[in-house]
Amino acid sequence: MDYFLQQLINGLTLGSIYGLIAIGYTMVYGIIGMVNFAHGDVFMLAAFIALILFLALTQLLGVGSLGLALLIVLVLGMALTSLWGWVIERLAYRPLRGSFRLAPLISAIGMSIFLSNFVQLVQGPRNKSLEPILSNVLVIPVGSGSITLAEKQLLIMVVTAVLLAVLWYVVRHTPLGRAQRACEQDRKMASLLGVDVDRTVSLTFIMGAALASVAGLLWMTYYGVVSFSDGFVPGVKAFTAAVLGGIGSLPGAVLGGLLIGLIETFWSAYFTIDYKDVAAFSILAIVLIFLPSGLLGRPDVEKV
Amino acid sequence: MSTPLLSIEGVSAFYGNIQALKGVSLEVNRGEIVTLIGANGAGKSTLMMTVFGNPRAREGRILFEDKPITDLSTHAIARLRIAQSPEGRRIFQRMTVLENLQMGAAVDGSVNFDEDLDRVTRLFPRLKERLSQRGGTLSGGEQQMLAIARALMSRPKLLMLDEPSLGLAPLIVKQIFATLAELNAQGMTIFLVEQNAFHALKLAHRAYVMVNGVITMSGPSRDLLARPEIRQAYLEGGRH
Repeated sequence: MDYFLQQLINGLTLGSIYGLIAIGYTMVYGIIGMVNFAHGDVFMLAAFIALILFLALTQLLGVGSLGLALLIVLVLGMALTSLWGWVIERLAYRPLRGSFRLAPLISAIGMSIFLSNFVQLVQGPRNKSLEPILSNVLVIPVGSGSITLAEKQLLIMVVTAVLLAVLWYVVRHTPLGRAQRACEQDRKMASLLGVDVDRTVSLTFIMGAALASVAGLLWMTYYGVVSFSDGFVPGVKAFTAAVLGGIGSLPGAVLGGLLIGLIETFWSAYFTIDYKDVAAFSILAIVLIFLPSGLLGRPDVEKV
Repeated sequence: MSTPLLSIEGVSAFYGNIQALKGVSLEVNRGEIVTLIGANGAGKSTLMMTVFGNPRAREGRILFEDKPITDLSTHAIARLRIAQSPEGRRIFQRMTVLENLQMGAAVDGSVNFDEDLDRVTRLFPRLKERLSQRGGTLSGGEQQMLAIARALMSRPKLLMLDEPSLGLAPLIVKQIFATLAELNAQGMTIFLVEQNAFHALKLAHRAYVMVNGVITMSGPSRDLLARPEIRQAYLEGGRH
């Protein structure tokens, strides 16, 4: 029982990070119908930004308080990563809007390769590591045994929950969120109502990048190590999560993220760690056979 | 003579290589109801969209309140307070009626939202009962009312309507046209595109007839209504 609960905590932690990345995929897909393959690399870039900022703050500037340092990294990292997200959209995708469907996709793959190579060149190909932080654990007795909850796991889950609540509020109840949903449903009509579609798309990229930035910081805090190639696997997993949950659906992205995290963790815990990715992707394949639009996605058919 | 609110001067527009509008000129004066009638595929809806720069006019120019808007982006044109209820209504299906109306008010930052909501729901009481319902669940007539109400939420100087009668029961059509007359009596300038020529000509002050992207006739609606070629081409079979 305690082993199961322990894995549940580990799985939810990992799933939270996937969920945060998956939202970036799903929002962009929802609004312009394009898979932003560079999003995983934006996440990787964010992890590097977080690492560099964190080291600069604690080592060079001597910020003593860990909480304060992390908070500054969070805010500054979000700003910088958002800027990257915005620039990528302006340079690589906007000029191709209205072009054939594959063009932005190819451009996204190119951007993904560019970002990982860029980081490899300027940061070197080796893993960058950080001394463990927030590793104190809470020991919770359960029945005969006990489970441990690390501070950083708690941090990841709390931060994710708060961000999701904020995002939910923005999308549901603010003019920006309404404009985003309107663009998602009918871009032409939205522009007839005075919505600046290009600006709305830019803001969507910025929001996705900001969430990826938090995911990057949390990843860096959790694993204490980042590499230029870290954009790929977590990126693909988060994309899988978005598809599993139903691409275009926000709750779907979160649900998909948590599920992928849980499947991966439980598979490693009860079977073999070697096949954890196979397990996650197999579940995706099975779900898509029976629910082609994902768990919470809506079918393409619409009443006219 | 006062200057027109909207003035379209020799406008041509294309879809790819197909020319949809061939040197169209048309004017809408303040306080008027002007209607554009014509058969399916004549280019009426294209003209509505060309006013909004999508597709853009390749020749000619479009003036609104004496200022050229030919090169403005669609959203910038909408922000000049030109509102459109487009072909096919284009309700946001997965948003509630209230949210659809909020989208309509987005142009002016929703400053007068409550007042305007009150005004349009008095005009269309049916919408008031349905505020929290999703747009996609409304009937055709209700969707049309919502499309007009949404356009009105921006306090437009010019209201452009594309086929508000399409696919609706005669009684609902009557209701909608009565509402348009009421709006006009309150000072709203309306540009109405219709296939339902009889009702449109009855309602409008002036009318234009479009055939294959060219304006072939224009004049006071009453005169057009009396002309045998109009009766034959657009009113055959009496009142639709």
